[in-house]
Amino acid sequence: MDTRRVSRAVPRVRQVGFFTPNTPAQHPPPTRSQSGPPTSDSPPLSESPASNTLSPVMIPPARHLSDNLGGRTSALPVPGRGNAGDHATVGSYNPSESVLWLESPTRSRISDEEFSEGTDWYRRSNSAKFATSLPSGGFNFSPVKQPESVAALEAKNPLPEKSEAQKEQASNSKPLKAKTTKAERRALQESQRAAKAASKAEANKSSTPGGAASSKHMKQPPQKKDGPPAASSVAASERIGVDRPVEKERKKDLPPPRMQFDDASRVGKAKRRSVLNQPEARNRVELFRHLPPHKNGSQLPYLESKFFELHEMHPAVYKVGLKYLTGDLSGGNARCIAMLQAFREAIKDYSTPPEKTLNRDLTSKIGGFVSFLIECRPLSMSMGNAIRFLKSRITRLPLALSESEAKATLCSDIDRFINEKIVLADKVIVRHAATKIRDGDVLLTYGSSCVVEMIFLYAHELGKRFRVVVVDSRPMLEGQKLLRRLVAKGLSCTYTQLNAISYVMHEVTRVFLGASSIFSNGTVYSRVGTASVAMVAHAFHVPVLVCCEAYKFHERVQLDSICFNELGDPDAISMVPGRVDVNYLDKLIDKQKESHQLLNLKYDATPSDYISVIVTDYGMIPPTSVPVIVREYRKEYLLI
Amino acid sequence: MWWRSASFILDRQQEQNAAVPPNPESLLLSSPPPSMADSLQNPKPDISAYYQTRAAHHAVVTSDWLAQAHAAVSIQTDDDDSSVIDGKIAPAAGGRGGDKAFSVIDEFNSWRKQPDLAEAVAAIRALAAVIKASQATTMMELEIELKKASDSLKAWDTTSISLTAGCDLFIRYVTRTSALEYEDFNSARSRLIERAEKFGEISCKARRIIAMLCQDFIFDGCTILVHGFSRVVLEVLRTAAQNKKHFRVFCTEGRPDRTGLRLSNELAKLDVPVKLLIDSAVAYTMDEVDMVLVGADAIVESGGIINMMGTYQIALVSHSMNKPVYVAAESYKFARLYPLDQKDVGPALRTIDFGVPIPSKVEVEKSARDYTPPLYLTLLFTDLGVLTPSVVSDELIQLYL
Repeated sequence: MDTRRVSRAVPRVRQVGFFTPNTPAQHPPPTRSQSGPPTSDSPPLSESPASNTLSPVMIPPARHLSDNLGGRTSALPVPGRGNAGDHATVGSYNPSESVLWLESPTRSRISDEEFSEGTDWYRRSNSAKFATSLPSGGFNFSPVKQPESVAALEAKNPLPEKSEAQKEQASNSKPLKAKTTKAERRALQESQRAAKAASKAEANKSSTPGGAASSKHMKQPPQKKDGPPAASSVAASERIGVDRPVEKERKKDLPPPRMQFDDASRVGKAKRRSVLNQPEARNRVELFRHLPPHKNGSQLPYLESKFFELHEMHPAVYKVGLKYLTGDLSGGNARCIAMLQAFREAIKDYSTPPEKTLNRDLTSKIGGFVSFLIECRPLSMSMGNAIRFLKSRITRLPLALSESEAKATLCSDIDRFINEKIVLADKVIVRHAATKIRDGDVLLTYGSSCVVEMIFLYAHELGKRFRVVVVDSRPMLEGQKLLRRLVAKGLSCTYTQLNAISYVMHEVTRVFLGASSIFSNGTVYSRVGTASVAMVAHAFHVPVLVCCEAYKFHERVQLDSICFNELGDPDAISMVPGRVDVNYLDKLIDKQKESHQLLNLKYDATPSDYISVIVTDYGMIPPTSVPVIVREYRKEYLLI
Repeated sequence: MWWRSASFILDRQQEQNAAVPPNPESLLLSSPPPSMADSLQNPKPDISAYYQTRAAHHAVVTSDWLAQAHAAVSIQTDDDDSSVIDGKIAPAAGGRGGDKAFSVIDEFNSWRKQPDLAEAVAAIRALAAVIKASQATTMMELEIELKKASDSLKAWDTTSISLTAGCDLFIRYVTRTSALEYEDFNSARSRLIERAEKFGEISCKARRIIAMLCQDFIFDGCTILVHGFSRVVLEVLRTAAQNKKHFRVFCTEGRPDRTGLRLSNELAKLDVPVKLLIDSAVAYTMDEVDMVLVGADAIVESGGIINMMGTYQIALVSHSMNKPVYVAAESYKFARLYPLDQKDVGPALRTIDFGVPIPSKVEVEKSARDYTPPLYLTLLFTDLGVLTPSVVSDELIQLYL
């Protein structure tokens, strides 16, 4: 039983460093040297379990950096891992094993790759951790690898051990699942559901000595049943191994995946939960089905009528949500500030219900608010970062704090976030960017970014003589608002549409752009059309300055604007308000309407090649340095 | 930055004790007088002092050229004095002559005269002298005083990026040192002075580190194109020659200082085969070249470099012919600047001698340096290690944030 516990700790990678001292003696030294870095060229089959078992341990803790890679690479070693466990416990009873071993070269190569990834990460974070993580990888698995000593025990009860291995493999094999067909997945789900129910029933009947483990071992009994046949066929063992709890545990480390709106079952579930009427997904462009459909302001009356049903919702949050819905509140900073202020109001009025702790209850409450806001309009990256900040503040509140103190702390934290990360950051950015404006410049901007507007006004105040070209595009026509404000302040402006960009670009000396978010590969996520402006500017050798506060930086990597985006109102692009003569798409009959699809994307991704400099509150940095800022900044705002 | 340099590559034993000449008499004098600001006017603000020093140190001086140069310079100064700043020069000169009080500028200039001392090092030495002369009793006072001194230094020669970078670096070091390790003000102060004096030594050491790091990149039979005269590049090539590598060097002439002649001269002494090119023959010879190696006046935050005029076009040519461009520069040349294009760097003007009188209607491009974007650079050899251009910004962020 003891050995089992220790081995169970293995897949939880974070703990690797701490587990080292407990179990070192059991492991024979030669294997340890085997499990050192050059695992790739350790072909002897008898030894390879060691090198294989090492690999999952060396997967770096789920971190955005390596998420993809970890997932991808760990997909392959899975069968081997499962078998390694079997091999250790039951012996080589399985003929199919040899087939698997044939794959070992690829596997070991991959594990090596993982390893290097792991080292990389460790070295960066903490060299000491790296040092300990190496041997512990070998040690931790030692209990699993000791078939002889515990053989008797395991002969009696071999399967829990295996379920361990399978569980790990399950967590690893998740990406592999993608290959299975839908039907298979469904079958799997059903079997899991059944298993869960059975396990629950059994858990009620018998309380195992390892009580703490029982919740995580829910699946043991059914696996016991399936055990022997599963071992005979690898595929089956793989499938059964898919285990919820571990998966869940894993998922905690990952940022929650965005909901994919082309997944019918999930959408259905979400609909049941949702407050708003989900509009029917009619005629959406195939490639963008996964994005949440646009909700327009026509739902406002419906939502208003539901106001009294939503007891949970704080009026301030409700108000902000409605503003999002109708589009009255737009612009990354404005939305973020409004949201934070609403949360602050909600926190002020909050009182902890009896028998609950503030830390937990408030977090879930905020989570409820957030999901309401998401329903009104998908969150921007900046808001996501702000929410993450707030939640981390809440969970880090010392328990000793009284409720009023805790609330006061949180309110001041929110105020400080707004002040430091948005208001002051803007001031710094304006100061920096204004140094790049010289007399006689022609500055081009696209759409309406509040930071860029502040830069222009500040430079104007400084007495620099320059001209502004405001480029705009349908359907938002935000540039007109900007134009009005700039002209009111006495700047000389030119207004043009995006179609004319290549014409105006030759006289432009600087392009200033705002951004909704910047990803860690330097990709700028901004109002749709920004990418083409940046591309044309690049072609004309005009420097492109992207002005963005550092709290909008995100550690995600995005290459295109397809997998993550926001859909606007499709009708907005088919109709031109106030121009009856050009509304050609007005009088389509239903049949025609079915055969055409409208796509109104709100954002696009500008590759970092087109960007000369990112002006942020930490100064001017090249787009390649975004990850550095993300790293430093993350540290800071989690530990404020 | 120097505290985590890649100095492991050096043999510890070859530490040469840099000759630290005794400081001028001004050390015992009191803190900078309030009139310092007035005396800080650069006598010829439109001529880059930095590049004049460089020319003085690295250019080939022939007698006739010298004569012409003298003539040109005297004309130039006459012009300046009469037309531009005739009002200001007199009080400035008077202030400097009469006022015997300590002045950072003088200090700096006296250090700057040493040909082997980099400008940034001279700046740091000058600031160290400020610390010595200072009568501050708290760290804060000292910092304010230093800040004032470095501002005046920067204002004295706005064209010199390495001066600015050196000042920033030292101020940064002071603020970082301040209360962290030393509660005692005096120990902190002596520590700072010691650090500043070591800096000259470190700068020599940095060159050797870079030279060692470079050796892996110089292979037998390669042809290296160099531009201008750079102490680091010379050190690299010298080390390669000492390591018995077989390579040849193409030197550009390096107009207008003709610094390339000086470099080719030095290389010829080392028995390295050298070929001299005129500056416009770069593209013509690029076929035969295996790599381009240049120094840098400054490495800027984008990862690009600011260097002697002509570097940009060499980088462009080699980029289009897929030849690697290597930059050898010490880490104290990292500057917090982000030029977006050529004109974004303040122009550093200098006198250019064309050998014949130029009609007054003809305009002359007098800028002494250009900016090479990171896109055209392959690797940077610094004493922090061999870096790609994008790492520069990371280093700077970590240093200054």
